[in-house]
This record gives sequence, C-alpha cells and structure tokens, in this order.
Amino acid sequence: MSARYDRAITVFSPDGHLFQVEYALEAVRKGTLAVGVRGKDTIVLGVEKKAAAKLQDARTVRKIVKIDEHICLAFAGLTADARVLVNRARMEAQSYRLTLDEQVSVDHITKYIAGVQQKYTQSGGVRPFGISTLIVGFDPAGAPQLYQTDPSGIHSAWKATAIGRNSKTIREFLEKNYIETSGKDTVKLAIKALLETVEAGSKSIEVAVMDKEHGLRVWTDEEVDALVKEVEAEKAAAEASKRGGAGQAGAV
Amino acid sequence: MDYLMGVKGPDFVMICSDSAASHSIISIKKDEDKLIPIDSNKLFGVAGEAGDRVNFSEYIIANVKLYALRNNTELSTKAVANFTRGELAKALRKAPYHCHLLLGGYDKSTGPSLYWMDYLGTLTKLNTGGTGYGSMFVLSLFDKLWHPNLTEAEGLDMMKQGIAEVKRRLVTAPSNYIIKIIDANGIRIVKNWDQDV
Repeated sequence: MSARYDRAITVFSPDGHLFQVEYALEAVRKGTLAVGVRGKDTIVLGVEKKAAAKLQDARTVRKIVKIDEHICLAFAGLTADARVLVNRARMEAQSYRLTLDEQVSVDHITKYIAGVQQKYTQSGGVRPFGISTLIVGFDPAGAPQLYQTDPSGIHSAWKATAIGRNSKTIREFLEKNYIETSGKDTVKLAIKALLETVEAGSKSIEVAVMDKEHGLRVWTDEEVDALVKEVEAEKAAAEASKRGGAGQAGAV
Repeated sequence: MDYLMGVKGPDFVMICSDSAASHSIISIKKDEDKLIPIDSNKLFGVAGEAGDRVNFSEYIIANVKLYALRNNTELSTKAVANFTRGELAKALRKAPYHCHLLLGGYDKSTGPSLYWMDYLGTLTKLNTGGTGYGSMFVLSLFDKLWHPNLTEAEGLDMMKQGIAEVKRRLVTAPSNYIIKIIDANGIRIVKNWDQDV
C-alpha cells in the first residue's frame, strides 16, 4: 500500500540536523573532483577523470554535460542521480524556451536545479540527490557566471570553487591564488588547481571551456597535455628561481 | 490562403512559401517567414491557422532540441517527420492543430528528403508537393517539369513558374514569396529570385 511509503526519510534530528542531507554531502565528498573557475570572459570547468576500466569505452563516461547550447554543468557524486537531475534541467531549459521564446538564464536554471534538490529533502518516500553541481554559462548581459548547488538545495554564485574529492584543499588553493584572468590564463588557473591533488596528464583531467564566441568546447587530450606541460614548466621555473634566490641570500 | 511548395533534387530540397499574413480582408504583414528552421539542416514550411502554425512548430522544435541535447545526436529528417505526424495524430481527436506542413531536410547519410503532412496526421514522402489553393495550379505543372536529376537552377525555375502561375490564375494570389534551399551546407534563403520574373 502506498500509504506505507509516503513517510519522509529526511527528518530532523533532536539537535536540528538533517542527517540524510549530511550523508548525501558525504557521498559528494567521495565523488571525483570538479573545479570551476570564472574569468573576465571565459569560464572553465575541470574535472578529474576516474580511471576507466580497461575494457570500458572512456568516451561514454561524461562528467561535463550540456544543459542547453549556452549552459553547461559538471557534477560530483552519484553519477546516476546526476543523470536524472540533468534530464530535468534540460527539459526545464526547453520548456522555458517554448514558453518565453528566450534562452534560460544560468541563474534561473540554477534556482530550478537547487529547487528540485530541496524538494527531495522534504518529500515522502524519497532520498536527497547525492550530487553537487557546478553550473556555468553567460548571463544575458554577457558576463560569465559560475554557480554551485548541493544536496541540501543551497545555491550560490562563485568566482572559483571545487566539489568532490579533496575539494577543501583545492578551494583553499583557489582562495590563495585567485586573480581575475581571461582566456588561456583562466584555463591555466583551473589546471593548476586540479594538479594540486590530481595526477598530471590528459588521462586524469578533462577540461571544458566556455567563451562568448565558441560557446562550450571540450578540450582534446593533446591540448590538455600541452597546457599541463606549460603549467608544470612554469611551476618548475618558479621553484628554481625561489631556490636560486634563497641560495644567493644564504651565500651573502 | 497560404501557398507552400516543395521540390526535391538529388542533392538539395527547395521550399517556397508566400509571405503574407492577413486577417480576413486586411493584410497584416507581407514579409512573414513561414519557413521555420528546426535545426541546421531541416526546416518546416507551415501553412494554416496562424496561432496553430507557430504554436505547433515551436513545440516540435523544442522537442527536437531536447532530444539532441539528451542524446548528443541530431534526429534524422525521417525521425522528425514521424514524430511530427505522431503529434498531429495524437491531437486530432482532442484539439487538432489546423496546419499543413512540408518538412524538408538534408541528412549526411541519406541525402535530401521532402515530407508532406496535413492536419489529419497524414504523412507521405514526396519529390514535389504543396499545400493551399495555389498548389492546385502548380502540382501538375511540377509533375511535368520534375526529373530525377534536377539541378538547383531547374528547381528555382520550377518555383518561379509556379509562382507566376499562381499570380496569373488565383484571384487572391499573395504578392510576396520566400524561397529557401537546403543542401549539404545547410539552409539558405534564395535572394533576389524575383528580379527577373
């Protein structure tokens, strides 16, 4: 009888916690890393690629997805939950287009996704979605936007953020090193952040860049490798000069 | 009354429609584009009730877009034709859409195709087809002029002859027309086709 399954699973604890939501956040923390960086005219999503099984076709595992032509989403957490939420977002984007003859704004679709996530913390017989999302796109005025949602239904805009495994470390790195960048420098910043905890190379990193002219573009393995090499060379040069300078100071 | 005509060649589809929007005896605008792109290589020519025309075609276009985003692949012309016909048939016994459609598309794998649909949910694949009073004067003319190796220039000439015939014989013939062509490079408007008519 359905009466049995209408009771809520997400209920308050005596000290005001929603444990199911907190456990969902734990699931997110176990997911592979996703980093988002907003520049002056570019937005970059970088994700950690999970090591694919030998016989698996790696191209069918997508962590960066299109919601509409101008909006893109990356997630961390339960992939199947993400599939369902992304589907709802896509339908909402087209429905908006049909009703208002306009493309949906990043802000609107973020509120929508966050709203769906919140609903599942307050409904009978369902559990919260085990994912946090990073949503990127350009607002109608042409400014780049980066939003984050999480299982509780919170949503907020960020200049740069990370979700998933080791996200706390990456966010601290970003807080220390964030500057307003544009174009390739934004991508470099995202990759630098990823490299703090992810192995270097296109085998473990996937990068998608969104800018005004080209829309969303997922970088090829070669392009990722080339930029990773650049970033590592810069890091090595910086360390060498530091060491060289310290050496000189020591000598004096 | 709307005039829609379509012609298929071995590597292109050409569709022509009148561009008049009127309300009984009043002409509202003379440059209404009734040839609506669905995606980069398919378009709908829609004729009929003004509200239904726009409402129905926008609904189909949104669903085609959703499919493409969900599945990371574009639908073929045949698939869109059958989906559209299905929607027309579903609505028929509830709240029918009063529109006739010509769907023209170019698929990389199968080449050009032209489909004819009416408000009852009829679907048929054609080499030449059309709707409206004007088409009555033109269908047999096109039957005579069409041949399997039609070139774009011949197709355009067929359109011009058709339009001339409509203007000659239909009392309330529309004065302005739009012609679009779909080929391997996508959709484009045929400009200045009426300079030498």
